[in-house]
Amino acid sequence: MSVFLFRRFLTLMATLVGASLIIFFVLDALPGNAAQMLMGADASPDAVRALTVKLGLDQPLYYRYVHWIKGMLTGDLGNSYAYGTPVAGLIAERLTLTIPLAVMSMSMTVVLALAAGIYTAANHNKLGDVGVMSLTQFGIALPNFWFAILLILLFSVKLQWLSAGGFAGWDESIIAGIKSLLLPAISLSVVQAAILARVTRSAVLEVLREDFVRTARAKGLSKRDVLWQHVLRNAMIPVMTIMGLQFANLLAGTIVIENVFYLPGLGRLIFQSIANRDLIVVRNCVMLLAAVVVIVNFVVDVLYAFIDPRIKVHSL
Amino acid sequence: MTVSANAPLIEVSDLGVRLNTSRGPAQAVRGVSFSLRRGETLGLVGESGCGKSVTALALMGLLPDSAVISGSIRLDGSELVGLPDAHYCKLRGNRISMIFQEPMTALNPMHTIGRQVAEPLRRHTNCSAGEARKQAIALLDRVGLPDAAKRVDAYPHQFSGGQRQRVTIAMALACQPDVLIADEPTTALDVTIQGQILDLIADIVAERGMSMILISHDLGVIAENVQRMMVMYGGTVVESGATEAVFTRMGHPYTQGLFRARPRLGARKGTRLKTIAGTVPELADLPSGCTFADRCAIVEDRCRVAPPAAVDVGAGHGVRCLRTDVSMAEAVGVLGA
Amino acid sequence: MSTPLSASVEVGATTARPRLASGFWRRALRHRSFVTGGTLSLMVLCAALLSLVWTPWSAYEIDVASKLRPPSAAHWLGTDVLGRDIVSLLLVGARSTIMVGIIAVGIGLTFGVCLGLIAAARKGWTEEIIMRMSDFTFAFPAVLSAIMLAAVFGPGMVTSIVAIGIFQIPTLVRLTRGSANAIWAREFVLAARACGKGGFRITIEHVLPNVLPILIVQATIQFALAILAEAALSYLGLGTQPPQPSWGRMLNDAQTLLFQSPMLAVYPGAAIAIAVLGLNLFGDGLRDLLDPRLARER
Repeated sequence: MSVFLFRRFLTLMATLVGASLIIFFVLDALPGNAAQMLMGADASPDAVRALTVKLGLDQPLYYRYVHWIKGMLTGDLGNSYAYGTPVAGLIAERLTLTIPLAVMSMSMTVVLALAAGIYTAANHNKLGDVGVMSLTQFGIALPNFWFAILLILLFSVKLQWLSAGGFAGWDESIIAGIKSLLLPAISLSVVQAAILARVTRSAVLEVLREDFVRTARAKGLSKRDVLWQHVLRNAMIPVMTIMGLQFANLLAGTIVIENVFYLPGLGRLIFQSIANRDLIVVRNCVMLLAAVVVIVNFVVDVLYAFIDPRIKVHSL
Repeated sequence: MTVSANAPLIEVSDLGVRLNTSRGPAQAVRGVSFSLRRGETLGLVGESGCGKSVTALALMGLLPDSAVISGSIRLDGSELVGLPDAHYCKLRGNRISMIFQEPMTALNPMHTIGRQVAEPLRRHTNCSAGEARKQAIALLDRVGLPDAAKRVDAYPHQFSGGQRQRVTIAMALACQPDVLIADEPTTALDVTIQGQILDLIADIVAERGMSMILISHDLGVIAENVQRMMVMYGGTVVESGATEAVFTRMGHPYTQGLFRARPRLGARKGTRLKTIAGTVPELADLPSGCTFADRCAIVEDRCRVAPPAAVDVGAGHGVRCLRTDVSMAEAVGVLGA
Repeated sequence: MSTPLSASVEVGATTARPRLASGFWRRALRHRSFVTGGTLSLMVLCAALLSLVWTPWSAYEIDVASKLRPPSAAHWLGTDVLGRDIVSLLLVGARSTIMVGIIAVGIGLTFGVCLGLIAAARKGWTEEIIMRMSDFTFAFPAVLSAIMLAAVFGPGMVTSIVAIGIFQIPTLVRLTRGSANAIWAREFVLAARACGKGGFRITIEHVLPNVLPILIVQATIQFALAILAEAALSYLGLGTQPPQPSWGRMLNDAQTLLFQSPMLAVYPGAAIAIAVLGLNLFGDGLRDLLDPRLARER
C-alpha cells in the first residue's frame, strides 16, 4: 500500500511540475513583453522599461519560474498588474464563492446520479429504467449554460422566485448566499448527473452479472441486500473514476456558469484578468484549477486503495 | 417440522423451465422428476447445456425473473415453485446451500472471507458478530483452510483456487443445511486439487447426514461420489437409477456415448477418443421427438414422433428410450469395447 | 452450461455478429436510436450545407430598424437585436459549429490515435511517457486551455479549435491504447509476430482495422463534446468572433434581452441540444451495430 501511495504521489508531483511548466511557458514566456502588452503599443519605451523592471520581467526565465514556484509554496504570488493588490488575496476572496458552488453542485451531482443510476439498474429494462435513461440522454445533450439560461427564464423571469444573477454574499445570511448559488449549482449538476447516472447504471449492471452476486443470493440475501451490501462497493470503482474526471469538467463549468449568473467567483476573475491583460492573475488561477483537478484525481486513486483490497497487491 | 426418515426431503415432479434467450424462449428443462431422501446423494451428469445447472438453480429459486417454471418442487412437503422471494431467502443458505463452479469469481473481492462465511450465520441465526466470526473460523478450519484463525480477515484474492473453493464450501455449510447442491465444484480446479475437494465434500456430507446433489460432466466424479444418478440430455432426464446399476447396465445410447467418450489410461497409443457424432441441440429449437434422435446410432422413425416415456429396466432404473430391447449395454456390448 | 444467462449471451453473440454491408444497413434502418440520431445529425449537416448557398436573409447585414421582430412570414423566427434574421443566423451558426467540431476532432483523432497506437505497440517507457502526458492533459479542460490561449493570442476561432483539439486528445489516446492492447493480446497478432512482422506492419494491418469501429463510435461522441465546448467558448467570447454568427454567441446576445425576448435564448440552445443529442444517439446506435459486445448496457 505505501509503495503504491508513494508511486502515485511521485506521479502527482511530476504532473504538477509539468502543468506549472506549461502554464508558465504559455502565459509568461510566449507573450514576450508583458509590460508592453499591459501598457499598449503606443506607450513610451521608458515607461515600458520601468514597468518591466518593476514587475521583475527583466529577470531571466528560469529565475522567474523558480521565483513563482517559491511564491506558490510560501503563499506569496506577487501583485496583480491591474489592481496592484496581492494575487493570493484576490484569489482567496473569489474562492469563497467558487468553492461552495463547486461543492454544492458536486454533491447534487453525486446524489442525483447515484439515486438515478441505482434505481435504473435495480429496475433494469422496466418502465422506470427506460424513462430515466431517456431523460439522461437529453441531459447529456444540454449545454449547461443554456440550461442555466432556461432556469433563469423560468425561475427569475417567469416565476420571479430567484434573482437572475449576482451574489448576495455570506455576510448577510448564509441562506441568502446559498439561494443565489442555487440555480448555478443546479444548472451545473443536472448535466453532469445525467452522465454519471449512466455510468453508475452500467457499473451496477456489470457487477450484478458477477458470480459472487449469485453466491450472495444463494446465501439467502434478498435482492435488495445484495445490491446494498455486495454490489455497490464493487460498482463504485468505475463510478469514482468518472467522478474524478467530472470534477475537472465541473470546474471548467463553474467558469462558464459564473459568467452566466454574473457571480464574482474565480471564473469571473479570470475573465476580467484576460480583459485587463493581467497575466499574473490568469497564470495563478489556471494553475490553481489545474492543480485541483490533478489532486482530486490523486485522491480518487488513493481512495481506490481503501475501497478495493486488491489494489495493494496489483499496483506494486 | 418432523417428517419420518423415509419421506423424501426433496420431491421434484414434472419440473419444466422456460428461459428467455436472445433467440426466443427456450425450454431448458422439461419433465424432470426425482426425489431425494435425507442423507442421500444424487448425481446429475450431462454435457454443457443439457439443463443440469438450470435444474439446480430452479431448486435454489435463483433463475432469472423472466424464467417460467412449471411443475413442482417440494422441500419437506412444502411447495417451493411460486414461493415469494422473501420466503425463499429464509431457505437459501439455511436449508439448501449451493457450491458453484468458479471459485475465482464466486467470492466478493471486496469483503474478507471471514465476513462472507459468517454472512449466512448472521442472516439465518441470531448469533452475534463475535459468535459468527468464531463459527466462521471453526468452519474454515473444518474445510481445511490452513491457519484459519489468522487468515479469516484476508481477502479472496489472497487465496488460491482450491483454497477459495474450500471457503465457498465453508460458506455453504455454515447453517448446517439439509441439502447441498454442488454444481461442478471441481471443474475449474487443478486436477491434483479436484480429488481433495471432492473427498472433503463427501466427508462433510456423510458426517452431517446431509443430502447432496452433485452436478458434473465427469462420469468418474459421479461414479465415485453419489448413490444415485441421473443422466440429462436436451433438458430431459434420459436415464436414472442407482449409480452402480446405471454404470453396469447403461440403457440409453447417450449414456453409452458419454461413457465411451471419456479418456482412459492404458488405452493403446494412437487410439482415438470416441466422440458422439453431431452437436448438442439448441434448446431454443428442440426436435419434437427424442432429443437425442439426431445423434443416435440406433434411431428409428418412431423415435422422432414423440418424446419417449421412461421405461423401467430394473429396480428404480429408468431409461427414456424406445429401443431398450437393443440398447441395453449387455446387448450392445459397450462395456467390453 | 454454467448459467442460463451465459447461454443466452453466447447465442446472442453468434447471431448478432456484424455481417456484410447490406446486412448492416438492413439492421441499421431498424435501429431506433441510430435512425433518430442519424436524422437529427443529418438535419444539422444539411442546415450547414444549405447556408453555404442560400439563407433566407443575410446573416451579416445589420438592419436596426427591424430589430427584435416577432416571428412572421418574412422572418420565421423573428429577428435579433441587430435586426438579423434568426433562421439565417442559425443556419450559418450550424456551419461554424460543424467546422470547428470537424477540425478539432480531426486534431484529436490524428494525435490521439497515433499516440495510442504507438503506446500499445512500443510499451515500456514510450507507453509510460505517453500515458503520463495524456493524464496530465486531462488537467486542462477545453475552457482552461482556451483561456490560456486567449489570454496570449486573443480570442478567436483558431483559439477555440486548438483548445478543443487538445482537450480531445487524452480521451482518444486512452481509448486507442486500451483497445489496441486488447488486440495485441489476441492470437492472430501473435501469429503475425511469429511470422516475423514488425510492430509497424502489425499495427497497420491488424491493430488499426480492429480498433477502427470503436474509434468511429467514439469520434461521433467526441464530435458532440466538441460542439458543446465550441458553444461554451463562443458564449464566453473566447471562440468564434462576431460578426461571424455562432450559436454560443447568439445565446450570449440573447441573455441581455431575457425579459424582452425570451425566445431568442431558446432557439440557439435548442439547436445545440439537437445537434448533440443527434450525434450521441447516432454514436450509441453505431456502437450497437458495429459491435454488439460493446453495446451491452449503454
